[in-house]
Formats: sequence, structure tokens, C-alpha cells
Amino acid sequence: MSLKKKSREPKLPKEKKRTPARTKRRSKLGKHTMAPFLAPSIIGVTLFFLLPFLVVIFYSFVDNPVTREWVWFDNFVKLVKNNSFKRAVKNTAVFTGIAVPLAVVLSLLLAIILDQKIPGKSQFRTFFLSPMMVPIASVVLIWQVLFHYNGAVNDFLSTFGIAPVDWLKSDYAMVAIVPLYLWKNLGYNMILFMAALGNIPRDIIEVAELESANSWQIFWHIKIRYLSPTILFVTIMSIISSFKVFREVYLLTGDHPVTSLYMLQHYMNNMFKSLDYQKLSAAAILMSLVMIVLIGALFLIENHFGKDVEE
Amino acid sequence: MGKEKKLKQQEVPLHGIHHKRRKSLVVRTFCFIFAASFAIIFLFPTVVTIANSFMSQSEISSNYGMVFSTTDSGAKAYISKKVNIKLIPDMVSFSQYFTVLFKSPSYLLKFWNSVILVVPITVFQIIIACLASYGFARTEGKLKGIVFFGYIILMLMPYQVTLVPNYLVADWFHILNTNWAIWLPGIFSPFSVYLLTKYMKRIPRALFEAAQIDGAGEWQMFTKIAMPICKGAIYSCAILVFIDYWNMVEQPLILFTDTEKYPLSVFLSKINEGEIGLAFAVATIYMVPGLLIFLYSEEYLVEGITYQGGIKG
Repeated sequence: MSLKKKSREPKLPKEKKRTPARTKRRSKLGKHTMAPFLAPSIIGVTLFFLLPFLVVIFYSFVDNPVTREWVWFDNFVKLVKNNSFKRAVKNTAVFTGIAVPLAVVLSLLLAIILDQKIPGKSQFRTFFLSPMMVPIASVVLIWQVLFHYNGAVNDFLSTFGIAPVDWLKSDYAMVAIVPLYLWKNLGYNMILFMAALGNIPRDIIEVAELESANSWQIFWHIKIRYLSPTILFVTIMSIISSFKVFREVYLLTGDHPVTSLYMLQHYMNNMFKSLDYQKLSAAAILMSLVMIVLIGALFLIENHFGKDVEE
Repeated sequence: MGKEKKLKQQEVPLHGIHHKRRKSLVVRTFCFIFAASFAIIFLFPTVVTIANSFMSQSEISSNYGMVFSTTDSGAKAYISKKVNIKLIPDMVSFSQYFTVLFKSPSYLLKFWNSVILVVPITVFQIIIACLASYGFARTEGKLKGIVFFGYIILMLMPYQVTLVPNYLVADWFHILNTNWAIWLPGIFSPFSVYLLTKYMKRIPRALFEAAQIDGAGEWQMFTKIAMPICKGAIYSCAILVFIDYWNMVEQPLILFTDTEKYPLSVFLSKINEGEIGLAFAVATIYMVPGLLIFLYSEEYLVEGITYQGGIKG
């Protein structure tokens, strides 16, 4: 990376025909020639994301879109005090808290296993990655068969004398949702970890082996250090996909899930239905702030933890 | 290093090496068993869905009748108390597919809804992203850095954030409940811009400089140098965009009020109750495009994912 950056600086041939007056404004000129390339995307993003988001910020501070009376943080206060919002936040946070660590650890485990010399490696990779290409809607039926009151999971548990539970309608509904999330997302994470494992310089590991480090020490002191940027990326992506879990919940349980599965997106959907712009905007802004803080925090952690590997 | 290695070999007694080898064999066997059991779990839902799509309605309802209990009361006599997940149908039957394809057009219509939503988004998002990523890769400077950072932040935002602005725009332009409401934000979604910029930055600058000396303009450099080099990356990116939107649920639920417009990804969950046998066939048909792409271009998919993670960058 650093090499490439350096090679960019001397761009002499380009300037041969230009007058000295123009060379000073070279960088600006370069931008102008790029304008036609950038314009469609930047205009689109501005029109469909940036401008409306500014309006969303505005809406979150006024009492309603018609009278537009400035009410400062009233909407946020109302939102935070709202019981169904609280429940939605709590459930989403619980899900993220359970599913993301599992997704990171399990996918790293799978990547490490496929990093060993075992037969059928590429087939295993294919198998683990295949759920990524299968739409959730297609496998929802199987999940219903598994986790129904009369379903296969209860059937299996009853052989151990455990009383049946109607999983999708109980407080344990997460038990049915987390595996579906993991099933769908582990392959993606695993690919990232496999690539990162493959990028660890071999000579460092060899030296460690010569120094008679055991495989646990090599893993913990070398591999994890080199993997830390990837762990960060996988964590961010897993958190983002965990916020999309509404998809799985909706397809499994419909519009009105049990309270233990009432997710943020359910709340947003209800607000859309009643067109409660204030709550919608306030929720969207809170959420985006949370995301920015979360991502920023992860970057800080990574900076602190992975500094010594990146020169 | 060679010297060190020799020393090391002398130090380790022979039985120690044997012991190490045996241990690694044990570890490898354990790893294989672990991987194999995971593979079974991962394949199970897909395989069972496909297998069930080849069962007749009566077999489906006798296997799963207890779960989807709204099936007609006539079939109840055959229903076993417990569900019965089977991989091999008693008798292979194409009757479900026949019904889906020829008798009940509503499913094919919803499939077509999906196609008509996803294909234009994929194509145009990629076209716009190709242009923009070339622009981003070839400009330097603070402003560009800020704009690109904005794109990354936007890419990372969940639907709970982006759908509100999307809804507002759709409302302003009076395109709610039309395909445009999903097309337009999809087309300008920054995901491919991010991915392709990462790739295009790796094209050696010398290539462009040489072309410039030969008198090529930016457009020529874009079409003759950048595009051919990025072919693979563009394909990877298109796959990722396609499967993401093929699986969409949130956008149609909010932006469409007319359930007739729903893509199959949403509609599938609504047909579960009544025609459970058909649902398996429709589910299988719905996963076919993704699986076909996967079978033919797994390598591109893997490459796309690794570029997204910036691991090769």
C-alpha cells in the first residue's frame, strides 16, 4: 500500500504541454475531468440519501412536518420513553449480543479448520458458503418444521425427557432465530478469515515453530494479531447484518411476533404504517449515531490492539 | 535459518517427532469430523427443501401436517403425530412444479416481480458504480477523501436508517408503491462504488500514464484500460448485489402498499399456511438463480467477499 502511494506523487509526463499557470491548478483540473464519472453517483446519493437525511434530521427536531414548530429534543425524549421502542431496542441488542460473538468465533473456527490439511477442503468451503446464496424465504419452511411445537427439535428433546416448547412463540424464540442467522452468515465471515489466514507471512510462523512455540501460542500471539483487522471488519459486518434479522423474524412469524422477537425494524414498520414522522426520524438518527459510535469504537480498539503488526 | 533448523532437528529426539505426527493426525481427523458435521447442518435446510419439493401434496401433509395444521380436514386422517423429515420422497412427483408453473400463475407473477426489481438494480448500480469508482480511484485530495468516507458510512448504515430517507424521497416524487421506489435507492446504493474503487486503485498508475502519453482521453482510458482489467471484480460485485436484493424483505414491506407488487421473497412467507406442498416447490424455484450463479462462479463470489474485506488490498 505505502509503496503505491509513493509512486503516485511524481506525475511529470502529464504536465509537459501545460502552461505554468495551469500546473498550479493541476489538482483542481484533475477533478473537473473526473466530474462526468462521479456526477451520476454523487447526484444520486445526494438526492436519494443525503438530502432526505438532512430533512430527517430537521423532522426529528420539529413537532410535525406540517406546522414545523421547533421542539428541540422532545421527539427523542418521547421516543426513548416509548415502551415498544425500548422493547425493540432491548430485543435487537440482545440478539446482536448473542449472535455477533457467535458468528465471529464460529466462522473463525471454521476458517481455522479449513486451514488444516484435511481432505475435501474446497468442498467444505462450498458447503459452508452455499447458504449465502439461498434466500431466507426459501428455508423458512424448514425452520418452521424444526421449531414448531410438534416439530423436530421438540421431538428430539423429548427423547431426553425435556418438555416441548413452542419455540417461535415463546420467550426462547431467539433460540430459533440465532441459528438461522448463523446459518446464513457464517460462510461469508469464514471466507474473510480464510483469506486473512492465508495472508499471514509464513516465515514468522516458521520462526515461532523453531523457537518451539506450541500451536496454541502461535495462534494466540501471531495469528490473532495478524487477523485483528479482519476480526474488526467481520464484527462490523456481523453487527450490520444482525440489524437485518427482522427479515428472518418477519418471514418466520409474520407481522406480529411474540414480544421476545419484537425487533427495531418491527417498530419502524409500525411507525411507517401510522406515518409517525417524528418517531421515525428520531429513531433513524439515534440508530445512525449508535452505528457511528459503534464503528468508531471498533476502529479505536483495533488501532490499539493491532498497531504492532502494521508497520 | 537453515542452520537453526538443523540444530533443532538434532535436539528433538526421534520419538518426539513420531509423537507430534500422531498428534497431528488425531487433530486432523477431529477437524475433518467437525467440518463434516457442520457441512451436514449447513446443507440440511437447502437439501430438505429441494427434496420436499418433489413430494406429492399428500405426502407433504402426512409428514408435516401437524406443523401446518390449516390443511384441509380430509387429509388429517393420515397425519402422524410427529413431523417426519425425509430426504427421499416415497414417490418422486413433479405435480407441485406442474401446479406452480402451469396452474397457479400468481407464483410465477411474484417470481417475475422479483426479477423485474432485482435485475435493473444490479445492472444500473454496477454501471454507475463503474463510472464513479473510476472517478474516485483517479482523483486525489481531501475533498475526495471526505466524500468517499461518506460513502463508506452510508454503506454501513442499516435499513432502519436508510429506509426513512428513501421513503421521504419516494413520497416527494410520488413514486411510492411503484417499482421506482425500490429501483432508485438501489441503483445509487454505494456498495458497489466502494468495492470497485478498492479494486481500481490497484491498477498500476503507469498504465494510465502511458495511455495519456499516447493521447488517450479519460473516457478511452476508462473503457480500454480500467473496464477490461476490472471485469472479474465487476462480475463478483454484480453477484453480491444480486443476491442481496434477491433476498430483500424490508424495502417492499415499507415502500409497497399493494401486496400484488411484492417480490417472491416476501410473498413466500404468506403462502406457507394453505398450500404447503406448493411452497416447497416455489421455495426451490426461488433459490435456483442463486444456486446456479454459485455453482458456476463460486470463485468470483469468494473474490468479491475478500475484496470487500480489503484483505487483498
